[in-house]
Amino acid sequence: MNAISPAMSKMSGRKVTVHYGQKQALFDVNLEIPERMVTALIGPSGCRKSTFLRCLNRMNDVIDGCRVGGEIVLDGQDIYDASLDVVMLRARIGMVFQKPNPFPKSIYDNVAYGPRIHGMGATKAELDEIVESSLTRAGLWNEVKDRLDQPGTGLSGGQQQRLCIARAIAVSPEVILMDEPCSALDPIATAKIEELIDELRENFTIVIVTHSMQQAARVSQKTAFFHLGYLIEWGDTEQIFTSPKDERTQGYITGRFG
Amino acid sequence: MSDAKMNGTAAARPNPRPNLSQQWIRRRYAAERRFRLYGLLAVAAAIAMLAVLLVSIVGRGYSAFYQTQVSLDVFLDPAEIAADGRTDADTLMGANYMALVRESLRGIFPEVTGRTERRDLNRLISNSAGDVVRTAVMDDPSLIGQTIRLTFPLDDKIGMLHKGFIDRNLPESERVVSDREIAWYDRLVSEGLVSTGLNWNFLSKGDSREPEQAGILGAFMGSMFTMLVTIVLALPLGVMSAIYLEEFAPKNRVTELIEVNINNLAAVPSIVFGLLGLAVLLGVFGMPRSAPLVGGVVLSLMTLPTVIIATRAALKAVPPSIREAAYGVGASPLQVVLHHVLPLATPGIMTGAIIGLARALGESAPLLMIGMVAFIVDVPGAVTDPATVLPVQIYLWADSPERAFIEKTSAGIMVLLAFLITMNAIAIFVRRRFERRW
Repeated sequence: MNAISPAMSKMSGRKVTVHYGQKQALFDVNLEIPERMVTALIGPSGCRKSTFLRCLNRMNDVIDGCRVGGEIVLDGQDIYDASLDVVMLRARIGMVFQKPNPFPKSIYDNVAYGPRIHGMGATKAELDEIVESSLTRAGLWNEVKDRLDQPGTGLSGGQQQRLCIARAIAVSPEVILMDEPCSALDPIATAKIEELIDELRENFTIVIVTHSMQQAARVSQKTAFFHLGYLIEWGDTEQIFTSPKDERTQGYITGRFG
Repeated sequence: MSDAKMNGTAAARPNPRPNLSQQWIRRRYAAERRFRLYGLLAVAAAIAMLAVLLVSIVGRGYSAFYQTQVSLDVFLDPAEIAADGRTDADTLMGANYMALVRESLRGIFPEVTGRTERRDLNRLISNSAGDVVRTAVMDDPSLIGQTIRLTFPLDDKIGMLHKGFIDRNLPESERVVSDREIAWYDRLVSEGLVSTGLNWNFLSKGDSREPEQAGILGAFMGSMFTMLVTIVLALPLGVMSAIYLEEFAPKNRVTELIEVNINNLAAVPSIVFGLLGLAVLLGVFGMPRSAPLVGGVVLSLMTLPTVIIATRAALKAVPPSIREAAYGVGASPLQVVLHHVLPLATPGIMTGAIIGLARALGESAPLLMIGMVAFIVDVPGAVTDPATVLPVQIYLWADSPERAFIEKTSAGIMVLLAFLITMNAIAIFVRRRFERRW
């Protein structure tokens, strides 16, 4: 495995386990997520890659009977520590979901909601600026600048997903988690999102779950392969796709199963 | 039989072709047409029944909104009103104005002299006539000594005769009005003194034993105050309990037990809540009898389970993706509920509230237990005043023997329906405002 110096690591999981009730879903995952890079989590359906992703911002807390073991560290601090406030954590780690899920509010309010609840942008002008810069960075500003007061749910699927990305980056998170952000989109909208992810890498650490190996190869620098709740192999994307060490990885990326 | 063998033969034989014959398709469409017809019949039957109900109620009740009146010239005799020349409020208040009206009536029928005859004659006019004169005099004491024309309601029996509800051709012994009274009435009509006017009494007075004086306002205000208490208690309590149970409470034995009990409470007969109110609110806490406050508390206990169940269903129906989105940007659980879930659930909550409150408005059994069935003349001015409510008032009138109460009963139902429709319209308006697509 390819070694990353601890200084570069933004988040890391150490012996992470997840139980749903009595059933164990995730087994001893050790993974480093390097700063300002895109880490792709790949694997066949039901391999628990999304489960691992949702551990990173404690979204699993909402699910009844879900227990997370081991340690997940963000900048040297355990995020499951009792002293850490989960609301503050989610302000630092944004999330984009599989299905675009804008709030049934105006485009402006969708983006401004996060900044408002976190006390950013005291004046209307400051808030306007946050909204404009977030929509610009999400590549949506030119398409929606004349209709910010219209409902976000009225946009097309690809636009909605970019709105969700704008909503996530509006609170200036350090890490953005993306759970199959393109699975509900057509190829053109997908290409736009992938382009956007590549741009966002300059400022954010990104973890993306994807079903598409081509997508993982296109957008990520690091790739982790999950199978049946185990992290089988992780490393540089190039290395995983050209010379995987484990034969299960080899089998998956060459399409023999999954 | 081995699976492999079965699979083998099934795979070898191709699946049969779909039946594309006209006959098969006709049968499918015929089934659909039949289903539509049944649906139409069901809707038509429901509309027909509603129409019959409305026509019979309005047909019987509309006549209660106008009343038969007689106009008489009344001499405001100073000797009768203010014998010693004083015109202070007390003197004017206490004078015998009925005597003046009777004097005027006697002027029209000078031939009536006998004691019983005169008494019967006096009964042609409602005994509220004195109040009409009193009001006129108190408004303008300078009228004393003059002769003025005033309009008085006729007695309810004469009113029924005028409205055509009493058959003159029946033998006298089977009628509530005698031949003599009919003759007097006919003479008043021929002199052009009888008229019909809007029955303001009905809309502005409380109950009375005299049908021509009985009004719905007392019961209307009683219902209003009771509903006010019910809404103020049941809606916030119900919605907050539902939010807590659905969004915050841990899922364990205790909350499961609470949930089962809430569902059971929704099915408890309403009179049980009335008994509870009688035993606890009146018995233990000594709250006032017949008061809308107690009625409202009892009805809100009855409505609470409905509101809680409807609210929980509405909260459950909010897509989880919205919650996740809000959690994802770092909203606290309370912010998720207040900013996102509750606005989306409001239409469903309003539907539950409408169902609960409509049931509470039409409820009479639990209110009988706490004394809201009493005969109350005064219009209540506060939630602690003795009062009755519309359904109980309708029940009381339906139970009264006078012919004139039949139209009052139907008119009372009309007022109750109007109240219900207004209340629902407000709730639907609120629901529309919050209805959003997502």
